[in-house]
Amino acid sequence: MARLYAVEVVYRGIFQKTLAKNITRAIVLAAHREGKHGISFGRYGDSPERNGIPAKGFAIVADDELTLEEGMAKYEPKEVDVTICVDDTLCKGVESWAWYGLQPINRLLKPGGTLIVTSLETPERLIAMSHRKETPYKLAIVKGAASFSGLWVYKDDHTDARVLGAVARVLPELFSIGSLQETLRAENKKTGDLLAVSAQKSFDRTTTITVAPGQGNAEVPYSFEMPKWTEMREGIAIPAIAHGHQMTDETNGATGGFQPARNATFKKYLTRTMRPVVDFEKCIKCTLCWIACPDSVFDVTPEGLYDANLAACCGCGVCEAICPVEKCVTMVNETAFTDNASQWEAFRKDAPAYKSWLLTAIENRPERSHGFRYRGQYEEQIPAMIGNGGE
Amino acid sequence: MAQMGAAIEQPVEHTALITGSEAIAVACKLADVDVITAYPIRPYDTVMQYVAKLVANGELDCEYIVAESEHSQFEIVKHASAVGARVFCGSSGVGWMYAFEALTVTPALRIPMVAMVGNRALDDPGAFGVEHNDALAVRDLGWQLVWVDTAQEALDTALIAYRVAEDRRVFLPCAISCDGAFLTHSQALVKIPPQETVDAFLPRYNRGDLLLHPDNPITVAPQANEDWLMEIRRQNAAAMERAHDVILEAYAQFERIFGRRYGNPFFEEYETADADVVLVGMGTLSTPVKVAIRQMRKEGKRVGFVRVRWFRPFAAVELARTLGRFAAVGIVDRDFSFGSPYLSGVLATEVRAAMYPAVRRPPLLSFICGLGGREVTVPDVRRMTDLVYQAADGKQQASTQWIGLRE
Repeated sequence: MARLYAVEVVYRGIFQKTLAKNITRAIVLAAHREGKHGISFGRYGDSPERNGIPAKGFAIVADDELTLEEGMAKYEPKEVDVTICVDDTLCKGVESWAWYGLQPINRLLKPGGTLIVTSLETPERLIAMSHRKETPYKLAIVKGAASFSGLWVYKDDHTDARVLGAVARVLPELFSIGSLQETLRAENKKTGDLLAVSAQKSFDRTTTITVAPGQGNAEVPYSFEMPKWTEMREGIAIPAIAHGHQMTDETNGATGGFQPARNATFKKYLTRTMRPVVDFEKCIKCTLCWIACPDSVFDVTPEGLYDANLAACCGCGVCEAICPVEKCVTMVNETAFTDNASQWEAFRKDAPAYKSWLLTAIENRPERSHGFRYRGQYEEQIPAMIGNGGE
Repeated sequence: MAQMGAAIEQPVEHTALITGSEAIAVACKLADVDVITAYPIRPYDTVMQYVAKLVANGELDCEYIVAESEHSQFEIVKHASAVGARVFCGSSGVGWMYAFEALTVTPALRIPMVAMVGNRALDDPGAFGVEHNDALAVRDLGWQLVWVDTAQEALDTALIAYRVAEDRRVFLPCAISCDGAFLTHSQALVKIPPQETVDAFLPRYNRGDLLLHPDNPITVAPQANEDWLMEIRRQNAAAMERAHDVILEAYAQFERIFGRRYGNPFFEEYETADADVVLVGMGTLSTPVKVAIRQMRKEGKRVGFVRVRWFRPFAAVELARTLGRFAAVGIVDRDFSFGSPYLSGVLATEVRAAMYPAVRRPPLLSFICGLGGREVTVPDVRRMTDLVYQAADGKQQASTQWIGLRE
């Protein structure tokens, strides 16, 4: 019986689009060196040219062409042998631009399949971020910060080679490390030898741990029912967002400020890699974040503070960039959070506890960012990455 | 509604000598259209001239906007209709083509626009004369398409078109095709109904929950992908399907209120009761065809004519049942479809498709004639009829034949 293999790469558009393509292409080419056939493609509806949008690329490989055709006869695989997640914040779930709600990172994994994540986090943390699954799967970590090296010009930091080395380790039937190295050399005339070394190192170091059924985030991922055609309003018309309203401070009953109404169905969770964290004690109520935010994220509280409503935030970081007060609005990596709860409500309930949480969150935040503040950050980080275990 | 009875009891209509274009402009006045946009192209421009005259004379109170192109012309009325205005516009030939993007979004958004297409050959060459390819280009997009052959029918059909298009069960645009020159530029005696009669027939446009208004906050046409599009298309397919019965209702009401009878709205049958063979066509070629038929009948040839009015929705079942009665059928297209099955005209291709499931399928011939406004002569019609008779006798011949061509 000929075998069909499927690998998906979950990545952030636009920065990781070339990275994802490099990985899926190399998978097909390496497997082809062993006589297999395959295709590599990105999910068309993802609109991966958009900044930070979660997107997917796939490699489908089969022992023969007829089996491959069976794998190609669907828009995208219904199950995969390996899921590669090249930004660990996406372990919390994937929200496609063509929107279907929040999809668990491990949703497509076959029983016993492997989730490969590029991350500096611990396995325990990544498992806690990922939704529970009814069947066991394996987790492998390729140690390193998320590669955001490719906007318009792709700068190879060997994340592709290292991820591919890990694939050769966890799914040796797909392709061997030797075939991978031949492919990397053939496809990259100048850097092929170095890439092959990186792939070998990663192959040697990759280990997996098994995630048991029921282990992980117990929350039911956000989903919604798609209406039937007879249930939809005609004329491509949908209810508009209603008018906003005053806010209420639960701690003292004060009312005032303004909270815009928001789309009850289209909520954001992981369309961002970072979120704004607000130090309300530093806020001078200048309104700039509220004015500049392209998604009307900020709720105006009764006392005139600005609370980021995270179901509306796509994490662009313009609020941090425009805020005139140092460390008043700070973009913090999503791995630091487990929910979309209101920061202002936490602040009102217990200001000292909030301050302490805030300082911890800011201090522990991973540096990687593709927001406004860190233009050129990638160059700054290269020395640290090279020093990072010599990888 | 109390006025309605009075209007029917005391119809005060008058007769005027007007062109088909003028008849459409009069229908705009009687329908009390709110927003009209215009951009000149012959032969449609005769309508905009008459509308401008009505506005200038204070006979018609509407927003009359001369746009900078046909694309804007159709976009403006699309938006006006979305906010609840009854709208009218029109064009011809490549002008209609220039509006194509607007023409595609209009039915998608369920805008009950009524437009007049003064049928004109598509450029190049820049011929003024009639061809039906301009209006037919939108046949797959959700536009209702109707052809008329007299100025009277143009006026009546415009009123009917508003009633059908603005019916909540339909909410699809309707284009009324008027052959350039033969209809747009020829004056005929037209009965103009009194306003009260029209008011009794035509309810006010009510956009309901699709009205774009601050009191009804909606978002129209958000981006949607493959997970929504089939449902949206299916809704529009259902609306076009419902249009069939709404058209029947509208003609029945029209007859009751105006006292003028059109019979089967979808196609007119002329001398078909005992006919051996028939020709099928659309628009003003009905005139030479009917004259030729009367001649041939004097010679003992039992020939009939089926004039298709509504091309969308296409009354396939009724038409197939009717055409199944005859020994052979010739379909006269004032258009073409290059590379189509059997290299025929658009109407012929549609009729063939409609006939396929029929129990009785007579031989069908496709005729291409009268392109670019070339005259379809009585001898042309007689020649086509002879060929159809030969097909009825089983003589093999080309499926598609060009008539009136120098060869």
